[in-house]
Amino acid sequence: MIEALYARAHRFLRRILTRPRIDLPLAFGLFLLASIGLVTLYSAGDGNLALVGGQAGRFVLGGALLLLVSRIPPPVLRSWTPWLYAGSTGLLVVVAVLGEGRGSIRWLDLGIMRFQPSELLKLTMPMMVAWYLHPRQLPPGWKDIVMVGLLIAIPAGLIAEQPDLGTAVLVTAAGAFALFLSGMAWWRIGLLVGAVAGMIPVGWHFMHQYQRERVLTLLNPESDPLGNGWHIIQSQIAVGSGGVFGKGWQHSTQSRLDFLPEHTTDFIFAVFSEEFGLVGVAALVALYAFIIGRCLWIAMEARDTYSRLLAGAIGMSFFVYVFVNGGMVAGMLPVVGVPMPLISYGGTSAVSLLTGFGVLMSIHANRKMHI
Amino acid sequence: MKPRRSIKDPRGESLLFRRRALAGFVLIVLCLCLLLSRFVFLQVMHHDEFVTRSQANRVKPRAIPPARGLIYDRNGVLLADNVPAFRLEVVPEQVKDMPAMLAELGKVVPLDPDDLDAFRKQLRQSRRFENVPLKMRLTEDEIDRFAVNRWRFPGVDVVPYLTRRYPLGGLFAHVVGYVGRIDADDLDRLDPVRYKGTSHVGRSGIERSYENLLHGTPGYELLEVNADGRTQRVLETHAPTPGRNLYLSIDVRLQKAAESAFAGRPGAAVAIDPRNGQVLAMVSVPTFDPNLFVNGISQADYSALTTDPDKPLYNRALRGVYPPGSTVKPLVGLAGLETGLRTPQDTVVSTGVFYIPGQQRGYRDDQRGGVGRVDLVGAIEQSVNTYFYKLALDMGIDRFSEYMGKFGFGRPTGIDLIGESSGVLPSREWKAANFRQPWYPGETVIAGIGQGFWAVTPLQLGHAIATFAGHGVPYAPRLAMATQDGVNTQPQPLANPPSGPSVIRKPADWDAVNQGMQRVIYGAKGTGRRLGVGFPYLMAGKSGTAERFSRTSEAYDTNRSTAYLASRHRAWFVAYAPADNPQIAVAAILESGAWGAEAAGPIVRTILDTWLAAHDGVIPGAERLPVTAAPLAPVAAPAATAPPDTGLEDDGPVEDLPAQATTTGGTP
Repeated sequence: MIEALYARAHRFLRRILTRPRIDLPLAFGLFLLASIGLVTLYSAGDGNLALVGGQAGRFVLGGALLLLVSRIPPPVLRSWTPWLYAGSTGLLVVVAVLGEGRGSIRWLDLGIMRFQPSELLKLTMPMMVAWYLHPRQLPPGWKDIVMVGLLIAIPAGLIAEQPDLGTAVLVTAAGAFALFLSGMAWWRIGLLVGAVAGMIPVGWHFMHQYQRERVLTLLNPESDPLGNGWHIIQSQIAVGSGGVFGKGWQHSTQSRLDFLPEHTTDFIFAVFSEEFGLVGVAALVALYAFIIGRCLWIAMEARDTYSRLLAGAIGMSFFVYVFVNGGMVAGMLPVVGVPMPLISYGGTSAVSLLTGFGVLMSIHANRKMHI
Repeated sequence: MKPRRSIKDPRGESLLFRRRALAGFVLIVLCLCLLLSRFVFLQVMHHDEFVTRSQANRVKPRAIPPARGLIYDRNGVLLADNVPAFRLEVVPEQVKDMPAMLAELGKVVPLDPDDLDAFRKQLRQSRRFENVPLKMRLTEDEIDRFAVNRWRFPGVDVVPYLTRRYPLGGLFAHVVGYVGRIDADDLDRLDPVRYKGTSHVGRSGIERSYENLLHGTPGYELLEVNADGRTQRVLETHAPTPGRNLYLSIDVRLQKAAESAFAGRPGAAVAIDPRNGQVLAMVSVPTFDPNLFVNGISQADYSALTTDPDKPLYNRALRGVYPPGSTVKPLVGLAGLETGLRTPQDTVVSTGVFYIPGQQRGYRDDQRGGVGRVDLVGAIEQSVNTYFYKLALDMGIDRFSEYMGKFGFGRPTGIDLIGESSGVLPSREWKAANFRQPWYPGETVIAGIGQGFWAVTPLQLGHAIATFAGHGVPYAPRLAMATQDGVNTQPQPLANPPSGPSVIRKPADWDAVNQGMQRVIYGAKGTGRRLGVGFPYLMAGKSGTAERFSRTSEAYDTNRSTAYLASRHRAWFVAYAPADNPQIAVAAILESGAWGAEAAGPIVRTILDTWLAAHDGVIPGAERLPVTAAPLAPVAAPAATAPPDTGLEDDGPVEDLPAQATTTGGTP
């Protein structure tokens, strides 16, 4: 019995290693990105090898999860989807009831590690929307749009309530992209976007005071010389002083002299921009665009609606990370806690992103073969 | 004909998706180009400007916490002061190995477990580049030893700061309260901008309720730092706005006199100016040293305070609830006049026992055999239970509790402190809500003498007496009298308008009750007749003795020793002066006093004497009495030596309280 199980596990693991079902261009892009991340982290963390080692360890764990998830066929994933979605939303409710955290309640203490359930929604949200739209007639009508809207709004509302605006934006975007890709009519998109724009004053009313201050600080950084305004000013100095070719690796004065706060996490892209200049930024953005494009390519090749929507939504939400974090570092968007994917130091985001790419690998492995 | 919608079209969907994915990709590339254009803007077009700024970037801001406002008494005696001190601070980001550093540092500067606990807690809550205090109030010796070893501890520094000191120690612990170190819970609640750099926040008393006013606004300074991040010089300073100073209406002399009059026996006293609600003294005995709490109290000190049977941390004046006993009889009498049920001339015959018509249960009177026929003034003078039993019964509980509610019973007085108890004003609704039982007439009867469910805090009773003394105009008690910006400006008084119109309709009613309360002091049979001796102005007062337990044995009737009674009674005395123009009202309770007038009376008299002395013996607007007798000799005579000359004590307990009648079935 135990031997049979052992043999099965052994076969499974050997298959993962000997016949990995991965898309080589995507894997190459991710590998390159992770390498750039580690090199930048080494510089931003002041040559702290423990920091780099820890991050590399997370990449290894994320990579292992990627390989594991890539073996799960999309139909199996689809049959699990409602449970995964319900489970992760349920955990959000648990966090809301008894979570712990400072000011914002995001973490669940599992004893050995602290765990952020909202991170799960980044994956289970597009899964659920894809699952819902999979058997329906597409493009979706108002009824399906409203249903999808509810599926998005409940967990996103819970996350925004924590309050964690950054993650709420990412989760909402992931679900909305799936809806967009399902072919929702342009005039309906226009109508919805218009309605959302009309709701902005109402949303302002419901925002937390600190969130409002972050927006106001963006408009006038000098008004808050001790807090977020300082971040914005220092980050722009870092980016701007980098110039076209940058100051060179390990020559970022802003981070070295401690002017740039959070320079290994949310603001690491500022260090990158300072050291590698506009050339580096353009190259990195191109790499991100390549990864996103490859994701959409995989999505187009996918076998069924569920796989298509899921793969496309994961790829497009990757863009949101890049845009929000890049915009924040460049003083275009308010300071929200969205990391630069696979570059920023931080555990859960790296692991969950790579798990998401595992889903893409699986979809790729099960693509339509006639193309 | 429209096509049937239920049929899925895989090929069409696939094409649709393809179009959408392309459109999405184009949008994404456009957005990324927008992002890149921002980088071009910063890195190419404004490159030179930012290079200059980055090279000139040797400047870091640092918050300067504001100095906390000082607290004074009404005459400018300092009650809460800021004194300079030094503390150890850690920048977590600059420490490579925190546990090893703490272990090493512990060998240089002793760190006790309490400090380390607080530090670790705050470490988790703060950002890595922000300073976290590790140990407060370093001694000279510790500073010296750290200075020698400083090079071994990058990221650790000695920082000067202002700490709070309460020069009068325990005397104001229950009024001024204390500040404490900001902890994790506070961080959630406090505005991070206003509290940047601040380490302490008001925890109790005035320090807590006036936190906003006392705190001030932080400033910041721009520091020039070298390549290691060490400060070279200060470039620019934006001074913080210090918190406002606060003047309390309390007079330190009264406060001191009141506290020492208790001689350490548990109890509380409150003195209020009936003309404006200003609290002149407020003590709760025993008390504690608030300075212990400022920089984190040690476990040993804290458990000593919490395990003390007399509960020094407990603010009896604000939170202690006791039956008011006979002290409320004047107000019950007033209710009789105001509701039109009685005139001052109406009399009642006291026979020693009162019966509700048709019931067997008896309610005892002050003296065995009763005192015969008395009117309102006599009933107050001698504290005749029967008069008030009958009055309460005639009035009924609804009218009774409605009228008493006007004097603030059963709800917080609205004093400017947090955590006030509401007490209990007996009413049909209250009993239904708390016991799910109907109201019984017997409960109305004993409510008439301040027993039964009725429970008040010393502050509530003081407030009620002050409201009466002020001819019925209610003022919420106020401790803060004025605020001040900086030490050299004129204090600005805080307004305290009356909280409503006068609760007394006819001045003649007030006069009658006032006369009764004067007779308590000056009448031949007054229960407090020694207390006015030597006081040069008219006093009015009322004693009260409340039983703490029901009588379950005959011991009460046989064992008459003062010590035994003190263990069973709570002694109250309330008074105001001058009775012809009241300017101070006092309520005092001694938790274990044998009789109200003997035990708590001298405490009240001491407060009044001190108040008079604080006015140099002259009270404007009141008639001065020809003082013939010598001043009352030992004013604060402890209850244990109460002389037996009261007469009343020999043939029956003064204000014998029959509250047990309802619980034991009656003693005729």
